[in-house]
Amino acid sequence: MSTSDTDTDVYDNRQNLRDDHAPGDEPPEESGHWVLNANLGLGFSIILTAASFLLATSNIVYGPAIPVALIVLAIAQMGVHLVFFLHITTGPDNTNNVLALAFGILVVVLIVLGSIWIMDHLKQNMMPMDQLMNMQP
Amino acid sequence: MTDTGLPASVEAIRRVREDPHRLGHRAHGSAEPAAGTGQGATGPADKRILVGYGFWIYLLSDIIIFSCFFAAFAVQRAATAGGPTIADIVDVQRVGFETAALLLSSYTCMLSFAATNARNRLWTLIFLFLTGLLGLIFVLLELWEFVELADRGFTPQRSAMLTSFYGLVGLHGLHVTLGGVWLATMMAQVFIKGFRREIIHRLICFNLFWHALDIVWIGIFTIVYLMGVH
Repeated sequence: MSTSDTDTDVYDNRQNLRDDHAPGDEPPEESGHWVLNANLGLGFSIILTAASFLLATSNIVYGPAIPVALIVLAIAQMGVHLVFFLHITTGPDNTNNVLALAFGILVVVLIVLGSIWIMDHLKQNMMPMDQLMNMQP
Repeated sequence: MTDTGLPASVEAIRRVREDPHRLGHRAHGSAEPAAGTGQGATGPADKRILVGYGFWIYLLSDIIIFSCFFAAFAVQRAATAGGPTIADIVDVQRVGFETAALLLSSYTCMLSFAATNARNRLWTLIFLFLTGLLGLIFVLLELWEFVELADRGFTPQRSAMLTSFYGLVGLHGLHVTLGGVWLATMMAQVFIKGFRREIIHRLICFNLFWHALDIVWIGIFTIVYLMGVH
């Protein structure tokens, strides 16, 4: 720890540091807490990523089930990132962040699933391409 | 470092009573609202929390932009116009290396923040440098992929699928590149100015940005590459 004059802890006069943190930011815990957090996040991520690549490149799992399995693994890994790297917690100071995240997920789901749904129906209702071509004068 | 003005044992007992499992929040209704969280009569939230929240809102809007590109790719996945299918252009081994580079860079980024919290300038700079190096490896691997595909004639204008593929993957690569520029300026600021309050706020934001990019990459390697190769 190299602590010069400019490096003084600017939060010295704060109370209840544990209760006051945002995503990506936690109170000055002992550094073991941080490194443990990083190690856990990396460990879980490696397991989940390795599982994804293994599933996709081999036939351990019943073929048609692979896309679903991959999506489940991806969602799990995003959760690991949110908890261990972005530090989304259930703390009182995190309520706003969690609500914003929930709204963000809602919008993302609407955009992606909505697009797939609408475009698929559009495709089903479209005249086959060869007939469409024949209509041209 | 927690200076509450109480003897350590009293503080420890309070923690065990109010937060026995160290979940980061108090038991329901056991005490007054935490100071500085903007709840109850405790005054406005701390600047750190506002900065983190504001940047979090930006990140969510960025993720929504990515979701539009994801939707475009999902819709046009089969629109190959007689050109290559997605399975033809995926190189799983290279994607594996890219994923490893980005995941490790997330790890070193987190370690740099641990060093920041310990107010250790040297290790903060070292880990930030490693983060940038891994990010650079990622971007170069992606550029190599694009050049190779273009060499085989698979350019964005070949088919709708390739357009959306280059759009989605390229947008992420652009984010990583710009994140690398931001990282370099952060290293200079830490080196010259040290751990001032506003520098620490910027480091918080940079960390959030870098980890969010990794989350987007999880979506890309799953939906574009791994589901494509199968």
